Amino acid sequence: MSSGGITAEPPLAAAPPPGAEPRRFISRYGMVAVFLGPTIVMLGIWMVYPAVYTIVRSFFGPTGFLGSWVGVDNYRTLFTSSYFTTAIKNNAIWVAVVPAFVTAIGLLFAVLTERIRWSVAFKTVIFLPMAISAFATGVTWRILYDQDPNLGAINALARSAKDAVTPPGVLPTASPSTPSLQPHNGGILLKTPLHPGGVALLGLTGIAPPDMPSGAKQAVKPTSKPGDIGGVVWRDFKPGGGKPGVVEQGELGIPDVTVELRNASGKVVQSSKSTADGTFDFTNVPAGTYNAGVGASTFAKPFGGYSWLGPSLITPSLLIAYIWIWAGFSMVVIAAGLSAMPREVLEAARTDGASEWQVFRRVTVPLLAPVLSVVFITMVINVLKVFDIVFALAPESSQSSANVLAFAMWQTAFSGAGNFGIGSAIAALLFLLVVPVLVLNVRRFKREV
Amino acid sequence: MTAAAETVRLPPARESLGTRIVRALTRGPLNVLLAVIGLLWLVPTIGLFLTSLLPVSALGASGWWQIFAHPSRATWSNYDALFHNAGMLTALKTTAYIAVGNTLLVVIIGAMAGYAFAWLDFPGRDWIFVIVIALLVVPIQMALIPMFRFYDTVGLFDTWYGIALFHTAFGLPFAIFLLRNFFVGLPKDILESARIDGASEIRIFVRLILPLGLPAIAALAIFQFLWTWNDLLVALTFGQNTTPITVWISEQLREFATSIDIIAPASFISLVIPLAVFFAFQRYFVQGLLAGSVK
Repeated sequence: MSSGGITAEPPLAAAPPPGAEPRRFISRYGMVAVFLGPTIVMLGIWMVYPAVYTIVRSFFGPTGFLGSWVGVDNYRTLFTSSYFTTAIKNNAIWVAVVPAFVTAIGLLFAVLTERIRWSVAFKTVIFLPMAISAFATGVTWRILYDQDPNLGAINALARSAKDAVTPPGVLPTASPSTPSLQPHNGGILLKTPLHPGGVALLGLTGIAPPDMPSGAKQAVKPTSKPGDIGGVVWRDFKPGGGKPGVVEQGELGIPDVTVELRNASGKVVQSSKSTADGTFDFTNVPAGTYNAGVGASTFAKPFGGYSWLGPSLITPSLLIAYIWIWAGFSMVVIAAGLSAMPREVLEAARTDGASEWQVFRRVTVPLLAPVLSVVFITMVINVLKVFDIVFALAPESSQSSANVLAFAMWQTAFSGAGNFGIGSAIAALLFLLVVPVLVLNVRRFKREV
Repeated sequence: MTAAAETVRLPPARESLGTRIVRALTRGPLNVLLAVIGLLWLVPTIGLFLTSLLPVSALGASGWWQIFAHPSRATWSNYDALFHNAGMLTALKTTAYIAVGNTLLVVIIGAMAGYAFAWLDFPGRDWIFVIVIALLVVPIQMALIPMFRFYDTVGLFDTWYGIALFHTAFGLPFAIFLLRNFFVGLPKDILESARIDGASEIRIFVRLILPLGLPAIAALAIFQFLWTWNDLLVALTFGQNTTPITVWISEQLREFATSIDIIAPASFISLVIPLAVFFAFQRYFVQGLLAGSVK
């Protein structure tokens, strides 16, 4: 934007008219005082003094300050107490993941939007989260991440995907009504041995009326047929209770249950689906001893939702929401770098027969390297200080797993513990981590002058 | 003008119609892909808005997308209740005070310093500017603890101007950096001739620099406004009863599920104003961002 160096010299100052020097001197330095005074006061009180204070303070105890010298104990605590090491580890994850992803996604979007006509609309949509507070973003994503698939959009999608692959069981809550039915590999098995001509009674309870499959009719106990094994699977319960193990008037058969017939060695030899009155039939069963049962798939629990906000997934969830905010920043900055790039170079590469991928990999990316590094470094600085989104998105139960340095600093110093010593040590550590960037900035300016 | 341009451009366009269709078709998948990404990017914000339109009773059983199946469930009652909530209204007012006060201060003080660094000559100028650049990346955490004590002593604690002043200090390095770089690029001869004509520095600053620097100043102002409006940490630390909207909402977070009828609409209100500012001055905002990062 600018030409760089400080070139403008006030011409009158360079060649003052004789005799006017004392007045000029006062007015010149008076002017400097007027224009720079407020800045120096503000920066001195709010930035320079506190920075020095915090660094000194980090070598003193929790509350007393002077007289409570503890040396490097606060720093030792930072690297030994699990509360703080979790925060450091999480910050390391943030730094390792977010800048790389944000830069890569921004680059991808910037390159792709060059090829569409509605790039302004696309860029606006992607950039929009930048205007929203990280706090409001936290609230927004907390709604999306709700564990209940009925409430959280992301788990609702996950459920649809999961149900398409493995449908949920017909009777997720059912349990056997008599002890002769035993749990078996997630399903149930009738312990009473069966022979051809036998009848299996598979009574189930614990099914709430709304969970009953539609179209269920009065249960029927089938009559025995030679060479077949028949049976009924039914809801062994009626208002008032009923007698367990007996098919009674008012008890409904359960349709669409897959009943399996196992031979003496436990192998499934036949399976059959129950009809509306709950009856099923295995035909032409060779002589032998069998067991009938219902497979695990019938009792498969419906998808309960991933615990995005639980202790184990909270950090990835935070990273996703944070990348959602910053991708637009990266895209806009990289797109600006892209539009400033010499088109002839790209065209020349294409004319020479380079594929689009080669042009991207060998020309675009190297030419963009300075812009990419600026985005990357900016993101590293941002991520080190991340606070708001952790505060808003992580429920209290997950806060210790989601902990990051800025959050630990605030909690330690201002919420509860009131430990200014360790709080100062964390702040000083955060400062130490950005010192390389500080040096880089200063060097770049010195080169410019 | 445009009509003439159209007629000039039409014939070659008709000739390449076939090529254009082929190109449009090959670009179809890309357009679809980007449209899907764009929609996905909007989902969180839309979800928040739709949630804010539903009564708590409706949100117990099903998520915000129920509104597509039952549009009649949407109601403004949450907003209605919120706009009768004295706490929320006060918080909104406090936010506005902090954001506007801070923006004005940063722009005025920053422009003055930017002018001094760009156009006044004095010993140690570059050194002081190096300090400003060094302060650019100092984390806000460095000042929280000392200022907490300081604010208590001087009576700035729990005041909107205390919070605004804190933001001003931390906004200044970027403001000075941005404006100084812009001012340096202004045409030298205009300023010099004004000086030869005997105009005072203050006059030059007000009559020349401020109007000429308007694009950069606008970018800075929008940046500062959004930054302060969206802040949580500073207000959380230095406010107790004087709280902006973010802190006010954060006080409801403990009962997230049952307070969602307050949290969702209040969050949406809190983001409507930055969003409006963003859409109105998008160009300046992007420019400010570019100047701050690509530099």
